[in-house]
Amino acid sequence: MPEQQRKQRPAPRERVGEEAAVAAPTERGEKLKSELDDLLDEIDEVLEENAEEFVKSYVQKGGE
Amino acid sequence: MAIPKVCGIETEYGVVLRGAADPNPVLASSLLINGYVEQRRVGWDFEDESPDRDARGAAREGAMAPEVETHLVNTVLTNGARYYVDHAHPEYSTPECLDALELVVADKAGERILARSMRAANRLLDPGQEIVVYKNNSDGKGNSYGTHENYLVDRAVPFAHLVRVLLPWFVSRQVFTGAGKVGSENGAGVARYQISQRADFFEEEVGLETTLKRPIVNTRDEPHADPQRYRRLHVIAGDANLCEVATFLKVGTTAIVLAMTEDEVVRSDLALATPVAAMRSVSHDPTCRATVELVDGSRCTAVELQWEFLRLARAYADRSGLEACGGTAVGGLVLDRWERTLTALEADPMTLDGQLDWVTKLRLLEAYVARDGLAWGDPKLALLDLQYHDVRPERSLYERLVAAGTVERLVDEDAVTAAITDPPASTRAYFRGRCLERWPDAVVAANWDSIILDVGTDPLKRIPMMEPLRGSRVHVEALLDQARTPADLVARLAS
Repeated sequence: MPEQQRKQRPAPRERVGEEAAVAAPTERGEKLKSELDDLLDEIDEVLEENAEEFVKSYVQKGGE
Repeated sequence: MAIPKVCGIETEYGVVLRGAADPNPVLASSLLINGYVEQRRVGWDFEDESPDRDARGAAREGAMAPEVETHLVNTVLTNGARYYVDHAHPEYSTPECLDALELVVADKAGERILARSMRAANRLLDPGQEIVVYKNNSDGKGNSYGTHENYLVDRAVPFAHLVRVLLPWFVSRQVFTGAGKVGSENGAGVARYQISQRADFFEEEVGLETTLKRPIVNTRDEPHADPQRYRRLHVIAGDANLCEVATFLKVGTTAIVLAMTEDEVVRSDLALATPVAAMRSVSHDPTCRATVELVDGSRCTAVELQWEFLRLARAYADRSGLEACGGTAVGGLVLDRWERTLTALEADPMTLDGQLDWVTKLRLLEAYVARDGLAWGDPKLALLDLQYHDVRPERSLYERLVAAGTVERLVDEDAVTAAITDPPASTRAYFRGRCLERWPDAVVAANWDSIILDVGTDPLKRIPMMEPLRGSRVHVEALLDQARTPADLVARLAS
């Protein structure tokens, strides 16, 4: 592929354009938030209990 | 011409035995491996192990050489991997692979093997006891265990030349290799959340040690191949990745940088003024805006350093091709993904949720902070961090995110399942694995560069495998199919 056709690092202006393109409309944002809430609810169910004690008891010997 | 970047990953998993009066990690690790290996175990042959050999030349005075622990459980699998107890951890070393995509499959297969091992071992334990394994690199209390990459490198390249390129490389690549960590350790200064699990533990630029005063560039010189022709670059400055995109980038980009370093003189103006400090400052800045000082006194971000490496890599690929790095099929994919990743890191790192571990984990933590109003010191965040790496499918938060479809996968799960038992076709791992599958009772011992067969009559036959690419499927499939017995195989190899 010739050098000039290759995707080079985008110019700043193009990058601004990309950011604008991915900015979600409010409706989509709401949907994403609700999906995230559902996901956190799922994770709550598998999360170990008593976080402080659990993390404290995780002690490893150095390796390598 | 750069030599093919044969590569592999060794992972020491964190391990706990819960519910036991004496939660001995060595015992737990042994139970995992013995539980998994149902067929007769094949022992590892230590004859060629010399982890204290230094790539810079003679053994360094006062350098701590790691001990080879021959008494611990140590086995070879039919997929060509080594699975063993290292110090107080179960360690899985993938078989030798030929490109980054193949290695993503082999590394993921390792996770599945550990998950199967837990199920097998837990059946042997008393009720109320359980062994749990984590694919991470730190316990959050100052103890670290490694994930090491290995790459085949031309012996003709002066080691000092490699070091010059690799110091800024390992410091800057953290922006996509990091697995993310809540807090900091080892006196590394305050961090709420940082990019790398490992950065806090690096205290030297170059050295032989791996357990104390860890160096960014490790000099272990143990090629496991023809020492006249090859080095095995032993990389200890990387994190255990779960995201396939992160593993792919970590291995793929490093392979290209090494090939480039073999073939031409890489410009030296990327040299960092203080690499150890830079390792930490890059890791401690999840915005990716922190700058590091170069030897010439100027400053730039890790992402800017990466852009420069990518520019050099593109130019190298144009001139010399990517034959040594998986060809255009894989090497080209690496270059494109690398560029997309740097673009995203510069615009907004959080858009890499589901691709890079440190971003994926941070997104999860931020969601909990927002929903539950947690402070950043809350132990629940440390728990989320730990449990992200839990290897049990039903407890792994990473796997929850995969199931929810928020994590991008690069490889097919069927390929991963096959790699649990089958070796890669592209390297000598094929010969090792197939011999073991075919004649498990005749393989007395094996290691990376040889295999010892009992052919029924004295003496035992040692088959050297000093060339990592000899013994691939193309080379030996017909031979293995035709050989009726191990003795017949040895006779055919000799003729």
